[in-house]
Amino acid sequence: MSPRASHRLPTHRRLTLALAAPVAALILSLAVASIALVLSGSNPFPAYGRMFSYGFELETLVDMVNRATPLYLSAVAVAIGFRMNLFNIGVEGQYILASIIAAQVAAELSLPAPLHLTVIILVGMATGSLWALIAGVLKVTRGIHEVISTIMLNAVSISFVVAMLFRRWDVPDESLNQETAEIPPSGRMPNLNGLAETFTREIGKGRVLWGFVIVAIIIGILYWIYVARTRPGYDLRASGINPLAAEASGVSPKRTILVAMALSGAVGGLVGLPEVLGRDYAYGLQFTQNLGFAGIAVALLGQNHPGGIAIGALVFGFLDSAAPILDVHGDAPQEIVEIMKGIIIFAAVITYVVVQRRREAEEARAASLAMTSTESDPPPDTPSDASEPDTRPAT
Amino acid sequence: MPQEVGRNAMTPALSLENITKRFPGVLANDRVNLTVAEGEIHAICGENGAGKSTLMNVLYGMLPADEGRIVVGGEEVHFRSPRDALAAGIGMVHQHFMLADNLTVLENIILGAEPTVRGGRIDFTGARRRVTELGDAYGLDVHLDEPVENLGVGERQRVEIIKVLYRGARILILDEPTSVLVPHEVEELFRNMRDMCARGETIIFIDHKLDEVLEIADTITVLRAGRTVATVKPDEVSPRDLAELMVGSELPTPEARTTSVRDTVSLQVEDLSVLDDDEREVVKEISLEVRRGEIVGMAGVEGNGQVEFVEALLGIRELSQGRVLLEGAEINEWSVRQRREAGIGYIPEDRHRRGLLLPAPLWENAMCGHQGKEPYSRKGFWLTPKAARAKTRELIAAFDVRTPGPDVAAHALSGGNQQKLIIGREMIMTPNLLIAAHPTRGIDVGAQAAVWETLHLAREQGLAVLLISADLDELIGLSDRLLVIFRGRISTSLDPATITPRELGAHMTGAAGEVEEMQHA
Repeated sequence: MSPRASHRLPTHRRLTLALAAPVAALILSLAVASIALVLSGSNPFPAYGRMFSYGFELETLVDMVNRATPLYLSAVAVAIGFRMNLFNIGVEGQYILASIIAAQVAAELSLPAPLHLTVIILVGMATGSLWALIAGVLKVTRGIHEVISTIMLNAVSISFVVAMLFRRWDVPDESLNQETAEIPPSGRMPNLNGLAETFTREIGKGRVLWGFVIVAIIIGILYWIYVARTRPGYDLRASGINPLAAEASGVSPKRTILVAMALSGAVGGLVGLPEVLGRDYAYGLQFTQNLGFAGIAVALLGQNHPGGIAIGALVFGFLDSAAPILDVHGDAPQEIVEIMKGIIIFAAVITYVVVQRRREAEEARAASLAMTSTESDPPPDTPSDASEPDTRPAT
Repeated sequence: MPQEVGRNAMTPALSLENITKRFPGVLANDRVNLTVAEGEIHAICGENGAGKSTLMNVLYGMLPADEGRIVVGGEEVHFRSPRDALAAGIGMVHQHFMLADNLTVLENIILGAEPTVRGGRIDFTGARRRVTELGDAYGLDVHLDEPVENLGVGERQRVEIIKVLYRGARILILDEPTSVLVPHEVEELFRNMRDMCARGETIIFIDHKLDEVLEIADTITVLRAGRTVATVKPDEVSPRDLAELMVGSELPTPEARTTSVRDTVSLQVEDLSVLDDDEREVVKEISLEVRRGEIVGMAGVEGNGQVEFVEALLGIRELSQGRVLLEGAEINEWSVRQRREAGIGYIPEDRHRRGLLLPAPLWENAMCGHQGKEPYSRKGFWLTPKAARAKTRELIAAFDVRTPGPDVAAHALSGGNQQKLIIGREMIMTPNLLIAAHPTRGIDVGAQAAVWETLHLAREQGLAVLLISADLDELIGLSDRLLVIFRGRISTSLDPATITPRELGAHMTGAAGEVEEMQHA
């Protein structure tokens, strides 16, 4: 008796249900964006066509991945919190603070290449983690809601960065840009152009595929293993689903909050590093902000699932990197992309709920079937019945 | 049956004729017949899965019947949705309430059926007048301006009932209305039901607590395996007859046993006091011991400190004084996890609140509380989903959990099956001490008998059980010793072999001074 998974909904059904939401969200967002374009006097179809063809040029795809990498990290950071019902709005502050401290430490250290890089990454993670832990400790000891404390910590960390950048860590040089000292080559993340070019043509237009995408992939895999395959990950999820049941099962609520914040912050601390270690080799005014908030949207879109978040990050990365072409040709304002992103999230959240209800209804039906079917079998004490569930389709 | 539409007093309020409902390969309802007279309370009993819910869903327009007729007030009807059913005067109060917590009672009642004045504004004055009339007429006492979140369970239920009446229902379906109520609320509900019937409402009442059914119903229809097995009058049957009709065989008797109490003390509690969240002392200097192979019943009306006492034993709540010893070792400082891993099993009083991860699959629910142990994980760290699923399948088979398999989400299961899953997940890990709070609450007689049997067997094999319950038969039938908890104290200790349910009930409500003296005499 090979126990096959026939009692689940059939695979194709599960897949359809899983894909229904994002596809519906995408179609809806295109429709709404089209209306906005028509209203603003543009013709949507050439605009989409142009975005599409430009978006799939190799250089734009490199931009897409570079954009998706920090988004992904940020979304994973947020998702770790979400899994435990913690709303870590503080990724923003965590990554900005972690980036400037990592950049400064990197510039001052001199170590052999792989070690130097590793230390920088660990410094970033530690900084983000400790910063997020402040909110965790406040919640556990004083009952302060993490949304409040992380928002305030964001303000503190941004002010700190401004103060350090303008006063202490700015290196006077010929540029007018305020910047920390340059990170020596041993602390830089090698790019992946060579690797990518073995599969494609040469990457032109001075584009560089940041090596940090590898780190993001590793973090994604670790996140999946942690959540799906380890006991602490199970504890985290259980607490998120039903804190009281988790507590009775031996999960300490306080401890879990601290662990979740620390892990969320550690991943959050990585968000700014692709740029610092792959492009600027310093922390300066050109540093991209708001990635922490964008991560909340991507986590929502990806339903906290490592794979889903990756798709979400790539979709957003695509929209961001393909949008500038609209302004170049004057087809439409590139801000239309912001509308699309907004609608995607909006629609995704709604369709997820619809799909979820649908799935629950189908499961409940399957369960009540199992109940009546085993019941109508005369002897209730034949355990083989239950271990070899019937293979009737659920619909 | 041919048309015999005569509009006289004998026309039943409702009749279902040969209702058949098939799910692929399964007959959920097999030619079910049900005739409900106007103004009566008609109880429908049956085990979990007997087809009660399917039948009610057909009647309420949520599922179409494959065959058969529904006749309301002499006319055949076809319902496509609950809206159609409501239009025909049939309303349903679900087991789990569907109220918006942050709205007031009045707002909840009119939600979805708001009376409007011109301009689309809601006519609150008119609504208030109508609802007040309804409440007065049926003796349903509610505070219209109170937000629902401040309401107790009994009052929420009254709001649900008024909601249905407000929509013009003449036939009310109440789905296990007493499962969420404490005894005095049940009494009040029954009073309300009688008042409603006196005013011409007809009530269909789904329940599987036999004493309640016998007390309130005018007519009882028993379903088993999708068929109508009997329609009886309450004065014609005993509770035992009714139970056997439901189960279809003779019930096991939970009595007549030999003692299996060993010498080793498993749980020892000394002078334990506990404060509740408002810093009131709700558990006062409790001392007790439970030996291996012994079931100690803690009898008490809910709210006498049982919840806090159990939380203290589990390590969820701090003690304000006293000691807890497990197998002779003091565990005051142990974490919940240490205690669970040392072999304390726990059946929570509320399976949804403390017991289950409802959206998670059964195998993840089965490991909840044992997630650090094999076969659910390796080295207390790496989860082993494959082995966990296999273990869950074993559990499903051994404890007769009716489910398609271990990957179904827990909320897809009926209450009785959820409870069996919880009991199974504790018992299959062979605990040393089981803290069982209301282990058979809300489950049918068949499942109840199975749970009792399980506890019984485990006790014989040396399990120590602390049974917290308010069910008199359960307490007397299972316990080796009975302790009564009243206002946070152990008020008395009783011998289950000699006590009657009536006496025990008197002790639990604190009205037993004279009974006690009789015993000691």
